[in-house]
Amino acid sequence: MARLYKHLEIGSSPHVTDGASTDIIMRNVFLALLPVTAFAVYAFGTGAALVIVVATASCVLTEHWLCRWTGKPSTVGDWSVAITGLLYGLILPPDLPLWMVFMGGVFGVAVAKFLFGGLGMNAFNPALVGRAFLQAAFPQPMTHWQLPFAEGRFEDIPSSVLATPFWEPTYDAVTTATPLALMKFEGQFAGSRELMGGLTSGSVGETCGVLILLGGIYLVARNMMNWRIPASIFLTVAAMTWVFQLYDPVTYPGPVFMLFSGGLMLGAVFMATDMVASPITNAGCWLYGLLIGVLVVVIRFWGGMPEGVMYAILLANAVSPHIDNLIQPRVFGTGRGAR
Amino acid sequence: MALKQVSPTDEFIKGLWRENPVFIQVLGMCPALAVSNTAINALAMGLATTFVLLMAGLSVSLLRNFIPREARIVSYICIIATFVTCVDYAIMAISIELHRALGAFIALIVVNCLILGRSEAFASKHNPGRAMLDALGMGVGFTVALFFIGVLREILGSGTLFGVDMFPDGFQTWTVMVLPSGGFFAMAMWLLVVNWIRQREANAEKEGDDRAGEVAS
Repeated sequence: MARLYKHLEIGSSPHVTDGASTDIIMRNVFLALLPVTAFAVYAFGTGAALVIVVATASCVLTEHWLCRWTGKPSTVGDWSVAITGLLYGLILPPDLPLWMVFMGGVFGVAVAKFLFGGLGMNAFNPALVGRAFLQAAFPQPMTHWQLPFAEGRFEDIPSSVLATPFWEPTYDAVTTATPLALMKFEGQFAGSRELMGGLTSGSVGETCGVLILLGGIYLVARNMMNWRIPASIFLTVAAMTWVFQLYDPVTYPGPVFMLFSGGLMLGAVFMATDMVASPITNAGCWLYGLLIGVLVVVIRFWGGMPEGVMYAILLANAVSPHIDNLIQPRVFGTGRGAR
Repeated sequence: MALKQVSPTDEFIKGLWRENPVFIQVLGMCPALAVSNTAINALAMGLATTFVLLMAGLSVSLLRNFIPREARIVSYICIIATFVTCVDYAIMAISIELHRALGAFIALIVVNCLILGRSEAFASKHNPGRAMLDALGMGVGFTVALFFIGVLREILGSGTLFGVDMFPDGFQTWTVMVLPSGGFFAMAMWLLVVNWIRQREANAEKEGDDRAGEVAS
């Protein structure tokens, strides 16, 4: 895009833009994700690093190859698919076999992005579709959690990561349960300090809520993310949880636990804010966040699975065009008094 | 009735590929997606549907001059339901497990749009011989298509074929292929293959026509 400014440009409005193009925004998202990624590798070691690298590579290669195959110019250069791949890597378990990582990445980009028409056309977040496919296809490896900060995590590669393609992985690393699984099946609530500081187990990049929030604040400050979506999700989840905790503090955890456990932070800040799959209007964004928040609480409290952020966001993605239809801004000079 | 005289063999063969009920007409999706989780279920459902198609085609064709136009749908449904009841009891007698696996989908053969469609569109306008040939072709096409979907889903979803292990120990099964969504994935994969082959055929035909045109000019 930057090259265009050197030429005489003849076209319709808008004539004044702030120069933000897809690749500039995506590079900023990458910067915002950098601390999260670094912490993930530090907490989970080589397994997480390999998962992130293979996830990103699978998404980028799929997009590049599909573009070449269909005779279109490759759209890898705008960084969007690399961000999709990085985000996809951050929401996987750190000891997932690499062949599954690769398969989910191919599925996410090919089915959720390319079949819908590429960048700007995807109805669903491709990274989440890739994960949802893996969750449905391989439920056991997808709910297998490595202990964070385990000794020797930088020297050894977990045996499950290098499992033979199409064969069941074998596990040698120490495993543990996620805070949400402990809440659901054992009735234990993790402390807020562990949750915020990322000392619990979980998907590669979802554990450290504070770093994710920092990345989000950076993007909001650069005006590259609609803050209304995460704000609406946080408010909804906090309010609903607060009411339930007042009603029964033994069964239901508090708002801080709900906000910082599982994938809510990462999902609300980086997944739900997908520019293509979220509503356009500000009022629509509040409604969209409200829907995600309600779905997350409902699935976590009464659903069969401990975590529901992924399905909540995918369902809200499906509804977002209808939200846009419902909330149509008034065209200037029409309605309300105009004849 | 038909503008062009169609040979009896063509009446049979068209259901296998050119007008395949599942892959080309995309009819009867309910059983094709719901009970194709194993090869044996898919085959049983296909055979049951073929039997009903055949008998319904014959009956409708024989009675085509007696059924009033206004009451034809009701009459067809009655005829189809009769044979579906026969199939239901026959499957129950053969294997109670198979009957349990297929569940409500045996009774739902009554509302399979493929059978009603062939009765309405073909059997009611042709003589019994042609109606039977058409029904047999459609039935075999339906069974083969369901079998293909079932084989793919069973091999990937359970690592078996007809209940026999296909892989050495430790094969990672794709649970999603046994779930209902797997039916859509398997269906989509086969549609991809079928449409790819048809596209190639169409391209080859077009090239052939172009070449013929060049020679003529």
